[in-house]
Amino acid sequence: MGFEVLFKGKNAIRLIAGLGIAMRISIISVAISIFLGIILGMLMSMKKPIINAIARVYLEIVRIMPQLVLLFIVFFGISKMTGLNLSAEASSIIVFSFWGTAEMADLVRGCLLSIPAIQYESSKALGMSRLQTYVYVIIPQIVRRLIPLSINLITRMIKTTSLVMMIGIVEVLKVGQQIIEANRKASPKAAFGIFAVIFLLYFLACWPISCLSRYLEKKWES
Amino acid sequence: MDPDILRSYIPMFSEAFLLTVRIGWIGILISLALGILCAFILYFRIPAASFLVKCYVELFRNTPLLVQLFFIYYGLPALGIRISAEVCGALGLGLLGGSYMTESIRSGLEAIPYIHTESALSLGMSRSQLFSSVILPQAFYISIPGIIANVIFLLKETSVFSAISLMDLMFRAKDLIGLYYNTTESLFLLVVFYVIMLLPVSVAGSVIEKKVRYRMFGD
Amino acid sequence: MEEILRIDHLYKRFEDMPVLKDINLTVNKGEVVVLVGPSGCGKSTLLRCINGLEDIQEGRVLLEGEVINPAGKTANKSRLKTGMVFQSYDLFPHKNILDNVILAPMKVQKRNRAEATEEALRMLDRVGLAERRDSYPRQLSGGQKQRVAIVRALMMHPEVLLFDEVTAALDPEMVHEVLNVILDLARQKRTMLIVTHEMAFAKAIADRIIFLDEGSIVEDSAPEKFFEAPETERARRFLSTFRYENVK
Repeated sequence: MGFEVLFKGKNAIRLIAGLGIAMRISIISVAISIFLGIILGMLMSMKKPIINAIARVYLEIVRIMPQLVLLFIVFFGISKMTGLNLSAEASSIIVFSFWGTAEMADLVRGCLLSIPAIQYESSKALGMSRLQTYVYVIIPQIVRRLIPLSINLITRMIKTTSLVMMIGIVEVLKVGQQIIEANRKASPKAAFGIFAVIFLLYFLACWPISCLSRYLEKKWES
Repeated sequence: MDPDILRSYIPMFSEAFLLTVRIGWIGILISLALGILCAFILYFRIPAASFLVKCYVELFRNTPLLVQLFFIYYGLPALGIRISAEVCGALGLGLLGGSYMTESIRSGLEAIPYIHTESALSLGMSRSQLFSSVILPQAFYISIPGIIANVIFLLKETSVFSAISLMDLMFRAKDLIGLYYNTTESLFLLVVFYVIMLLPVSVAGSVIEKKVRYRMFGD
Repeated sequence: MEEILRIDHLYKRFEDMPVLKDINLTVNKGEVVVLVGPSGCGKSTLLRCINGLEDIQEGRVLLEGEVINPAGKTANKSRLKTGMVFQSYDLFPHKNILDNVILAPMKVQKRNRAEATEEALRMLDRVGLAERRDSYPRQLSGGQKQRVAIVRALMMHPEVLLFDEVTAALDPEMVHEVLNVILDLARQKRTMLIVTHEMAFAKAIADRIIFLDEGSIVEDSAPEKFFEAPETERARRFLSTFRYENVK
């Protein structure tokens, strides 16, 4: 079935290292997205017309532009326009953070707006200051709703990083292709084995995180 | 940006656009059919089939389309299963989308409060009448926002088709960048055509969503 | 007096928890029976057993001599002898008022639309809602929704009407309009079993009061007697929860 190539040399380790590159890009991008997304989400919930107009255009761009198109624009376009030579990895982190920030900001805004006004009012009635209201009442509720959603963003980010091979980063799919190419004679069925294993590797990377996010969502629902 | 270059590229991009849209929408139709079928299997808790559907949904929701396409297009031929790039694109998108559609439709079905089942039964309706005239229409309205989001997501995912050597918009753009270094023009047309593909769907989606929400919840 | 509903030695358990214990009850045609008791006493469950929504472990429920069996093939048919109105607004949100009311007559009784519509409008008019025929449930107040729900149940021409705390979720000013509709039905000599916490209403409408506690019928008496001189300590304690001591 073509699984034997995995046990040749360091092939298995090379594949996992390839996935590691994808993971590194996604973790950096998620960290940036969460940080910037929370700030933008809070700005958006203040209902300032100018901020909201800009944010809406930004969110709509992210909503309808495929990440791969954005990746092309940054990787090929920026260097052409500015002469700046961005590495493929830097380009992908920029694009995925651009995308993730929009997603995160939308979630944060939704959470903030979903807190009923009565909670602010009753905190005020109890004599709490604005800061105390946020620290003891609002933020704990938002964090509980946001954590599962941000964990979910991690899995989506990991899946999206598979795109980086299209701008030439040697990640798991590319390593897979190289292994298949090198063993074309010895293991003609390697393509099946390798791609099945990559399929499984991605699943093993994402599934537990999905489960965790769903578990937390259920647990904190009530 | 050179207008002459733009003009000379438009026919090539149009052709690629039509191919992308065609395969994209075929994939979406497959995903809807698959999603409805799987959601029904889960809703009615059909033994064995339910388990298989759950495995399918988890597997395809937790892997990228690119990997799924590589497996189908490059992996399966090693075992003698060979399908054309176009079929592979539509099928891959349909399988990925099916797993998302299943979740949207299932959650719509399960969102109907149990009191509706009870009141329909107490009015003497049979199980099938209950399902077809009470549960299903409501579930449809509730699922609409999820389905629209999935359609937009799937249309965006078509951008990876070039990886299985389909001559789609991305393929065209990359090709022209590589051949003539007309990066700006190629990227501009790429963006324009994706806007043409997705903006109408996004706008129509928002309008439909508003209408449906008004119909169901009155706000 | 013609007997219409008979319950013999009914036992109902949820898992291992007994909910109803040895319920025996007969109701005559045209009688209005009000079921009262503390929450969790099993009164709603009893109504649901009569409507065939709950399976029962022992005993039987007979409507006009026919056994109600929720698992049986004819469950949907025999269930139609009773019409049930629930506590929460259970109107179908995707259908307008008229369609809510005529859905079951058309689907279940295969009546034609024109004829069902005619009857529906007559009945909606009687509860003052004919002009809202094209509205959707969300556009109605809670009281209006419950009046529609009553009409919806009446459209199936049930022999016995079951009301399960139909005003419990309503604002006080809306309770009145719904209870008036039920009083109107009593004047038409409908057979009704009513679960309610509105004691003044119970006193006004009931021919008999049944007091349930911990799954058993504790008292079964005329309203005057139940409210003035209840026989048991448990009923006295229950009734005292509706009175307040004067502290001025």
